[in-house]
Amino acid sequence: MTESDNEFVCFKNVQKSYDGKILVVKDLNLSIGRGEFLTMLGPSGSGKTTCLLMLAGFETATHGQILLDGKTINNIPPHKRGIGMVFQNYALFPHMSVEENLSFPLEVRSMGRSMREQKVKHALDMVQMSEFATRRPSQLSGGQQQRIALARALVFEPELVLMDEPLGALDKQLREHMQFEIKHLHERLKVTVVYVTHDQTEALTMSDRVAVFDDGIIQQLASPDTLYEEPINSFVAQFVGENNTLTGVVEKIDKSSATVRLDSGDMISAMPVNIHKSGERTQVSIRPERVETDMKRLPEGGYTISAEVLEFIYMGDVFRTRLKVAGNDDFIVKSRNSPDQSRLTPGETIKIGWLPQDCRALDA
Amino acid sequence: MRALLLIAPLLAFVLITFVMPIADMLFRSVENGIVSDILPRTSAAIKDWNSQGVDDLPHENVYRNLLVDLTIAVKRRTQTRVGSRLNYEAAGISSSFRRVGRGLRSFNTEPYSNYFIHQDENWGDTGYLEQLFSNPRISAALPSSASAFRTWQTDFSSDQIITPDDFVFVALASDLSTLANDKVSDLGIDSLRTAHADIDQLSTSSIKHMFIEFDKNWGDVNLWKTIKTFSPRYTDGYFLNAVDLKRGIDGVERRDQSERIYLVLFVRTAVMSLTITVLCILLGYPVAYLLAHLPLRKANLLLILVLLPFWTSLLVRTSAWKVLLQQEGVINDILVTIGLVDDAARLVMINNQFGTIVAMSHILLPFMILPLYSVMKTIPPSYIRAARSLGATPFTAFWRVYFPQSLPGIGAGSVLVFILAVGYYITPELVGGVKGTFISNRIAYHISSSLNWGLGAALGTLLLVAVLILYWVYDRIVGIDNVKLG
Ligand SMILES: Nc1ncnc2c1ncn2[C@@H]1O[C@H](COP(=O)(O)OP(=O)(O)OP(=O)(O)O)[C@@H](O)[C@H]1O
Ligand SMILES: [Mg+2]
Repeated sequence: MTESDNEFVCFKNVQKSYDGKILVVKDLNLSIGRGEFLTMLGPSGSGKTTCLLMLAGFETATHGQILLDGKTINNIPPHKRGIGMVFQNYALFPHMSVEENLSFPLEVRSMGRSMREQKVKHALDMVQMSEFATRRPSQLSGGQQQRIALARALVFEPELVLMDEPLGALDKQLREHMQFEIKHLHERLKVTVVYVTHDQTEALTMSDRVAVFDDGIIQQLASPDTLYEEPINSFVAQFVGENNTLTGVVEKIDKSSATVRLDSGDMISAMPVNIHKSGERTQVSIRPERVETDMKRLPEGGYTISAEVLEFIYMGDVFRTRLKVAGNDDFIVKSRNSPDQSRLTPGETIKIGWLPQDCRALDA
Repeated sequence: MRALLLIAPLLAFVLITFVMPIADMLFRSVENGIVSDILPRTSAAIKDWNSQGVDDLPHENVYRNLLVDLTIAVKRRTQTRVGSRLNYEAAGISSSFRRVGRGLRSFNTEPYSNYFIHQDENWGDTGYLEQLFSNPRISAALPSSASAFRTWQTDFSSDQIITPDDFVFVALASDLSTLANDKVSDLGIDSLRTAHADIDQLSTSSIKHMFIEFDKNWGDVNLWKTIKTFSPRYTDGYFLNAVDLKRGIDGVERRDQSERIYLVLFVRTAVMSLTITVLCILLGYPVAYLLAHLPLRKANLLLILVLLPFWTSLLVRTSAWKVLLQQEGVINDILVTIGLVDDAARLVMINNQFGTIVAMSHILLPFMILPLYSVMKTIPPSYIRAARSLGATPFTAFWRVYFPQSLPGIGAGSVLVFILAVGYYITPELVGGVKGTFISNRIAYHISSSLNWGLGAALGTLLLVAVLILYWVYDRIVGIDNVKLG
């Protein structure tokens, strides 16, 4: 990979303010490689769409530079950027048929008729929508409209495709199916995709890398597994995946381990992530599936603590148990439904345990 | 049911103040009761007359019936109404009616009463006649005289007079002379048979001659044709008139060049309304676009400016255009001052079509802007963005994506503006002069000045039908579902 392949899209110190007072995007630095699938994940209002609009050219950056393939594009109008875009509401032109919608980007590029027809057909085949060519968008279901929108963004073969919550309006099952399809298209066409969502499962399953946004800042930029297993602050830990938190004060800290006095008085040891000195308040984070309720399975060196069972939920593939641990009565444990797994009854007091390296001490 | 009760007051209000007057007005465009109401016997008698040439005047009996009708009409003071009604169709008739009404007394009708009374004293006795006409068979055989006698009884007789007026005998003569011998015999009344035998004697004192001698117009075939044409209860005459046609000697024909005014007016109304509509689209579209895309606060301010005209009187606005456009007006003054126009050749911009178009476009502009605005507001910005991201220039994106979606707004605005313009009345009246007036001004003239309500109603009906047809065509082409008012 050359330098420019690693930096196909590049935000450099980009800031954006709509009203001149509040910065919606604060000092964004982000490089996206050629062919990468990058997801911007974040809560509502965190500035994801704004970033996408700046990249597409519909909003201008208040400060900073945006580069595409090594060239600054700040002053290039949207229609000359050659970036495909899929909108949350699809934005299919209601007065044109599916065919005409797909043909539109080719027509404005003055492509010949036979060439156009061929490409439109190819794009429709790609999303398995050939038999709907003559329909109006209003005569299609949400999922079908979604496919057409996708085909339209790809039909003129852009190198970069932006998608702003493209699956937001679909039901769960269809959404999962479409995630899979988009992912496959990405792999086949080798386009670069910048994808916006506030659904963390979607982000984790589809992306090469995920940028977690909050408050106009990238909180963490990492691959899905790193993001899930090694969140670098409590926002990311909370936002990505399910998470148990115990609050306390740092008692003692060195490079690879820290001792935390929980608010209940218990002392636990944890991995220090972004705490720096003793006396600091901290949130300790443990994933529900890393907590063991059966002491026989707890590996050597595990930490144990007593807990009261509040609720037991049978979910088929997993058991979900709500416990009261160190004053936190919303402590969740997930255990696999295996033959030897014990089913807990509410009211009993048990011992639970985890490994100190699964227990991350983050900022409060 | 309860819903119906709740809207009942409104329904009644609309029905009484709106639907009924309009229905009545529409009915007047074909209704033509005046001639047959006031000249019932003449109308009946003239039915069989079909003129073969200029000398072929109606039969003596028609004149006799006219005399009877007119005598009654004069008594009731209604004879001028027939005159004015017929005058719409042929100028000059009303004076013939007025004059004959005054001169009727000088007609020597005594021979008629004498003829009957000399034969039989009983004819001079009201009681005898009363008894005679109370027989339904006789009333049916002698319709004119029966009704004339009854009218005489109610409108003319007093306790002192026992002999009917002459006109009753004129009617009797007319009835008898049309009956065949055997019919009279069938009635079985001797005095009738005797009177019938010699009835031709009376042709020596011809009522027809009396009329023509008094006023030679009554010997004019055309006058009678007019009466005959307009004697039926319903007429298409108003409608023919409204499209510059008339019922001539050989059926329907075009009016003389000098009398053709309505078709020109209809066409002018349509063309000018269309011009105004197009002008409103051209002027209103950018404003609506701006309104729909400005930040809310500024858009509201602009909207108030658009709506401002609604809060000032229509008359004030129209008069303001007078001030601006007249030859000594503001615009001419400015043009002269900057030397663009010579002082001697100031532009004529008012009291012509230009004035009407300018003033009306201004007045109707909000009706274009508001529907456009409400449609444009519902077009999400993502469509334009999508088009741009797909490679369209700003203009292509607008023209191929935005504009087609704003068409329902244009449609709604156009229908609104055009229909309002077609029926507009005050503004063309004030700034239109002669060349810039609409059909509605003519309708108003007929309703309030010439009092030819029938013609006014016919013109109004045509206008209504034209608008409905247009609406239908529009629905066919564009689809009324595609029209959005908000
Ligand atoms: N056109 C605008 N004018 C002013 N403020 C805006 C505009 N568009 C967005 N904002 C503000 O900028 C912030 C970020 O908006 P943005 O649309 O980027 O959020 P987002 O991350 O896409 O949220 P969501 O997940 O809800 O789509 C929000 O606080 C929003 O109110
Ligand atoms: Mg968004």
